Amino acid sequence: MMNFRATAATAALLCFTAFGASTAFADGEVNVYTYRETKLIQPLFDAFTKDTGIKVNVVSASSGLEQRMKAEGASSPADVLLTVDIGRLDDAVQAGVTQPIKSVVIDEIVPAQYRDPNGHWAGISMRARVLYTSKDRVKQDKITYEELADPKWKGKICIRSGQHIYNNGLFAAYVAKYGEAKAEEWLRGLKANLAQKPSGGDREVARDIAAGKCDIGIANTYYWALMMNNDPEKKPWAEATKVVLPTFEGGGTHVNLSGVLLAKQAPNKANGVKLIEWLVGDKAQKIYADANYEYPVRAGVAINPTIAGYGKLVADPLPIAKIATNRKAASTLVDKVGFDN
Amino acid sequence: MSPVTRSGRIAAAIAVATAILVAAPVISIIALALQPAPDVWQHLIDYVLPATLLDTALLLGGVAALSLAIGTGTAWAVSLHEFRGRQILLWLLPLPLSIPTYLAAYVYVDLFEPLGLVHKTLALWLPLQDAVRVLPNLRSLPGAVVVIALVLYPYVYLSARTMFQYQSAEFAEAAKTLGASRWTIFWRISLPMARPALAVGVALVSLETLNDIGASEYLGVRTLTVSVFTTWLNRGSLAGAAQLSCFMLAIVAGLIAIERYGRRNVTTEFSAESPRLTPRTPLTGIKGGCAFAVCLLPVCLGFLVPLLYLAQQSFKRGLFANFDVALWRDAFNSVAFASLATLAALLLGLATILAWRWRPSRLRFVAMNFAQLGYTLPGLVLALGLLAPLLAIDNALNALAGWLGWSLPGLILIGSGAAVVIAYVIRFLAVPTGFIKAGFERIPRDYDDSARAVGAGQTTTMRLIHLPLLRPAMLGAVIVVFVDCLKELPATLLLRPLNVETLATSIYQYASRGSFEEGALAALLIVAASIGPVAWLTRFSDIPSGPA
Repeated sequence: MMNFRATAATAALLCFTAFGASTAFADGEVNVYTYRETKLIQPLFDAFTKDTGIKVNVVSASSGLEQRMKAEGASSPADVLLTVDIGRLDDAVQAGVTQPIKSVVIDEIVPAQYRDPNGHWAGISMRARVLYTSKDRVKQDKITYEELADPKWKGKICIRSGQHIYNNGLFAAYVAKYGEAKAEEWLRGLKANLAQKPSGGDREVARDIAAGKCDIGIANTYYWALMMNNDPEKKPWAEATKVVLPTFEGGGTHVNLSGVLLAKQAPNKANGVKLIEWLVGDKAQKIYADANYEYPVRAGVAINPTIAGYGKLVADPLPIAKIATNRKAASTLVDKVGFDN
Repeated sequence: MSPVTRSGRIAAAIAVATAILVAAPVISIIALALQPAPDVWQHLIDYVLPATLLDTALLLGGVAALSLAIGTGTAWAVSLHEFRGRQILLWLLPLPLSIPTYLAAYVYVDLFEPLGLVHKTLALWLPLQDAVRVLPNLRSLPGAVVVIALVLYPYVYLSARTMFQYQSAEFAEAAKTLGASRWTIFWRISLPMARPALAVGVALVSLETLNDIGASEYLGVRTLTVSVFTTWLNRGSLAGAAQLSCFMLAIVAGLIAIERYGRRNVTTEFSAESPRLTPRTPLTGIKGGCAFAVCLLPVCLGFLVPLLYLAQQSFKRGLFANFDVALWRDAFNSVAFASLATLAALLLGLATILAWRWRPSRLRFVAMNFAQLGYTLPGLVLALGLLAPLLAIDNALNALAGWLGWSLPGLILIGSGAAVVIAYVIRFLAVPTGFIKAGFERIPRDYDDSARAVGAGQTTTMRLIHLPLLRPAMLGAVIVVFVDCLKELPATLLLRPLNVETLATSIYQYASRGSFEEGALAALLIVAASIGPVAWLTRFSDIPSGPA
């Protein structure tokens, strides 16, 4: 039978694990649920704590946080939810776990296009979905998203899964602009131009171009900068490619948002609002832009030089909320045209 | 059938409680699935399921076949033969168990992708473009089959080995006198007798494969699990995702039923008169060398290559140069969660099987089968299903505290690590239940009867006869559960409390930024934490063989 001492030791361990970590409701704290990896935002939270004396507690996950908040209901410790994608912002609002942020600061700083019309969420930074092109093999400097379906690129394009949230956002924007029928036709054209089955991540797009498997890849702005500046091993991948900011015909470049929401039952509501306001402040926006190579949402904050080197970003004026409502249709189309098969 | 006793009643109560615990998330998922999910199914049937089902079936079939071949072959070689290097293999063969499938996928893709190590090596002889062309494309169904099987085969190996080495000599010797060759004995005697254990091993491999999301998604294989995620996350239909999960559950239940039906008449108890074990056949010279080399290959590919790659990446980053102290805390969390869950799963599994063994009844049979259900739920679906029941308990506790006039404790289960531990127990309970059940199937009921004849009670019989005989099976189960818990990712991510990371979630943080190599040290720690238990298992599992 089980050794008594082992049982006792294990029970002690259980208590230690169980109660060592439940300090969710203390004063001067704010609890953040986030889809952004802790390691990336920790510097930001550290700076916030230094500025305000408010401690930030974090749990990060890849999915399901709004479901967790919903289940936790009135007892949920969450004050703020931080997402890296439009869809998640919308999911949280749909799940009914948020409340309007009601902050003059947010309304003044964040452009209306990057805010929920009902005030439930606000963008804190932007990432653009752009093209990495081969320095040697692609001479064209201006490319439109529509043009990606042109047969002239046959067998030349690389992309990750069509169901990935980043592509889902781009495709949803296309649906929002042109309707489902046109979007389907475009997706079929894009699929026909793929050099290989969609797989991997955005960095692999650069690598496959460097290795000559394809000439153009669809990826987010910051991966290129991260490879170029922070990863000596992958620097050659970035060096073989060039970042081209594509646009819609008559529109701008598709951008996605990292955004924040205020939890419905936020036990530390005042601190939550304080954190949200701080995140769009000058200092935070600068840290965010430099650490993550994203575009600040606040006007007048200097863009990181690497990102600035891509050229001037003219963001698509389509309201983000409109993209969010079309993502289901986009996901359906991806399956329908067998994009990932 | 034994009379009703106190210990029997306790075991039965635990078995039923366990079944309820496991059923809770399943019921809550079914409740979710009962919500209408308009137009999800038409879409799934038209565009998703045909391709997904085919991919899933091919992946499962491929991984099962390959891991069965590797696991059975190596277990047979080291259990029934004696050759130079065998002792080392005993230590090495289970070790791929310590490599999470998602890590293996990351490592192999890195090695074999364009501009990776293999490509660069090839490029020494070939022009760059040609070198790209001859590289195998790992991001494919065959690639996924090979990578996943290479790290999952130990499930089959461990259960097969338990069987092979306890196989009584009688049968083999009888066959030998009738002129059967070693191969005939393997195919006609050893293998059929090991079937229940092999079935458990293959079932674990298959369910592990089905649940895997990291590796198959990364390798571009669209499995049912991937579709569950897409339906939920992109199509915003939790109900549709839950329905798809139920569908998956039904398929798995069907597979298990078919497997049970298939071996309903197979008896595998070893002959009570002859506890004498099969002597190991010595292999010398080239034969011995070949046996060693063949057994070493899966270890190299499934363990050494990923380990060396991770080590190399860690060293390249200066190993401890930017060492994050938080890593120790993460490691402690991992080990604490895993140990607690393992202990609980073992005890619950044992009670569940004992309840059935002591006094078979319909209720106990159902309880026993329920205990194995959790393994069929993908980690994240399980976590989602657990939220509602756990919250109900938390709220009840708060209400109770309020009624007693105490200060409200807040979310005790969700706010502490308890939810993670509970999720692990539910998810991995199938392992001890399966292992112990397979172990019991080899202990003749005659033993129980003889013990009773000399006046021993149930607990005495258990202590003196069952537990010693079950030790290899229980140790195997402990290791598998412990290591599985260390590797578990999706449920841990969703259920862990504020400010708590485990090694797996820490690696995930790096991987989701597309630079998992930076998490190589955390990955090494997972492997390191697993090697100890796995080695411990090996130490106890090798029983001396009869005279050769």
